[in-house]
Amino acid sequence: MSELIRRYGSSLTWIIILFTAFWLLVLVLIPNFVLFEFSFKPYLPVDQLGGPKDFYSLNNYWTFFNSPIHIRIFFQTVLYSSAVTLLCLIMSYPLAYFLAKVVDPKTAPSIFLLLIIPLWVSEILRSFAWFIILAYNGPLNAMLQGIGLEPVRWISGFNAVIIGLIYSYLLFMLLPIYNAISSLDTNQIEASEDLGASLWRTHWRVVIPHSKPGIASGCVMVFMLCAGSVIVPSTLASPSSRWFTEIIQQWMFEGLDWNTGAAYAFLLLTLCIIFVSLVMRLLNVRLVDIAK
Amino acid sequence: MNSHRFGHYAIRTYVVLFIAFMLLPLIVMGGAAFNDTRFPSIYPWFGFTTHWFQELWADGRMWGAARNTVFVAIAVVALSVPIGTAGAILLNSLQARSRSIIYGIMVAPILTPGAVIGISTLLFWYKFNVPAGLHLSVLGQVSYIAAYVMLLVLARLQSFDAGLEEAALDLGASHAQVMRRILLPHLYPAIFAGALIGFFQSAENFNVTLFTRGNSDTLTVYVGSKIRSGITPTINALAFLLIAATVIGVIIYEIRRRRADAAMKLAEE
Repeated sequence: MSELIRRYGSSLTWIIILFTAFWLLVLVLIPNFVLFEFSFKPYLPVDQLGGPKDFYSLNNYWTFFNSPIHIRIFFQTVLYSSAVTLLCLIMSYPLAYFLAKVVDPKTAPSIFLLLIIPLWVSEILRSFAWFIILAYNGPLNAMLQGIGLEPVRWISGFNAVIIGLIYSYLLFMLLPIYNAISSLDTNQIEASEDLGASLWRTHWRVVIPHSKPGIASGCVMVFMLCAGSVIVPSTLASPSSRWFTEIIQQWMFEGLDWNTGAAYAFLLLTLCIIFVSLVMRLLNVRLVDIAK
Repeated sequence: MNSHRFGHYAIRTYVVLFIAFMLLPLIVMGGAAFNDTRFPSIYPWFGFTTHWFQELWADGRMWGAARNTVFVAIAVVALSVPIGTAGAILLNSLQARSRSIIYGIMVAPILTPGAVIGISTLLFWYKFNVPAGLHLSVLGQVSYIAAYVMLLVLARLQSFDAGLEEAALDLGASHAQVMRRILLPHLYPAIFAGALIGFFQSAENFNVTLFTRGNSDTLTVYVGSKIRSGITPTINALAFLLIAATVIGVIIYEIRRRRADAAMKLAEE
């Protein structure tokens, strides 16, 4: 603090502190605390607020734990988000390595430019594109029939949701892993090869350990985006595949029970916090590495 | 040697497939904008039409939503850039323990699902009787977009030589002058990049906006409601325009990059 005052004077220091405090307190910490507090209050009409029924309880959370359907949807969301995260990792790693270490450094930016075109076209249009492709009478099934296969009912179960999630969030895995591998000294890879390590061993012992921060960052982002995705499930889900965010929306918009909605949102937040700490523990990285 | 060869072709095939996987859906979606059928598809093909573009042009709700999107994005940039920059400068002056705590709080919104940010923003302002609306969408989006700005500025600060500030102060510059003439100019590339990223992050935001918007529309919410009730190829027309704008931007960027490369090479020779 004293260093700031010395460098920028007291009035500028105050402005800097004020801006940061507004951000962290008014936009981040207190709203989350309010969410937490709301989740323990009952949903009441305005005239009963502050009345005898207005006390803290765990009732909103009991609503969740007493509903086998909601619990099932919650764990399906966890399961399929984890699966998508893993698939994204498997799909991204070879390409990230190729772009960082194999391809001519001059063409890598051109390939990246092509790959990130979908990122500029918003998330909602990305899943809408798959809605068209996967339709029963759509182009993909027409192609399958063209080569003599049976058409597939893609938009059933979680098939279409998984495809849509992978497509929407794949780049959030690719970019951090690419960044991490780029910072690896190519000599280390060559040394490992010269000393007789197989391709697998070089990756397992040299490249992957070095790219751990990127892998952690990608996994955390993709899992959070999947579990919290509203658009992809609402565009590509079938009646048999529901997503936890849809239940939250129901409480907020249809039930108009913001308190139970807050409890469910808090459960989603808790899930993401657990996942972040799990990844940090598992890969032995710090938050600073992830946020890079 | 042979297996090496094989691996070489395998990875190249994989790269081509990967690029196709990323781009083909956009081509399908854009192509469907020209198909003369009520339900958007490129197959079967019913003939070429620009009807859906005319319908999009005549859609007043779309124009309102587009205007809102731009207003929200400008407001988000106007708030996130000073907040994120201030946050980075403050963080940079902190030491070990307090630094990592504040850092954790700052990046937390990036790792928080948009729905949670949206709901917590809505409830917080509801306590102060502020009704839902796009102003809340702006505040919700700033909470995480400021973190992107902060990360970019923080990275840029690492290459800043604090000795320059000392020299300016010794030579009699005021604190405001040091900020305006020395520190900020060094940070401009990061600030500019942050503003650009913030603008597009805001424009494509759906989750935070959905829970905070009240009755107003942004483009993403408009598209979302169209997809839920009554899909028409006007969405494809809109998608086509966005894709075309992106591709044009990419081509311009690539040409400029190649020119810069060529100029560098000339300079080296």
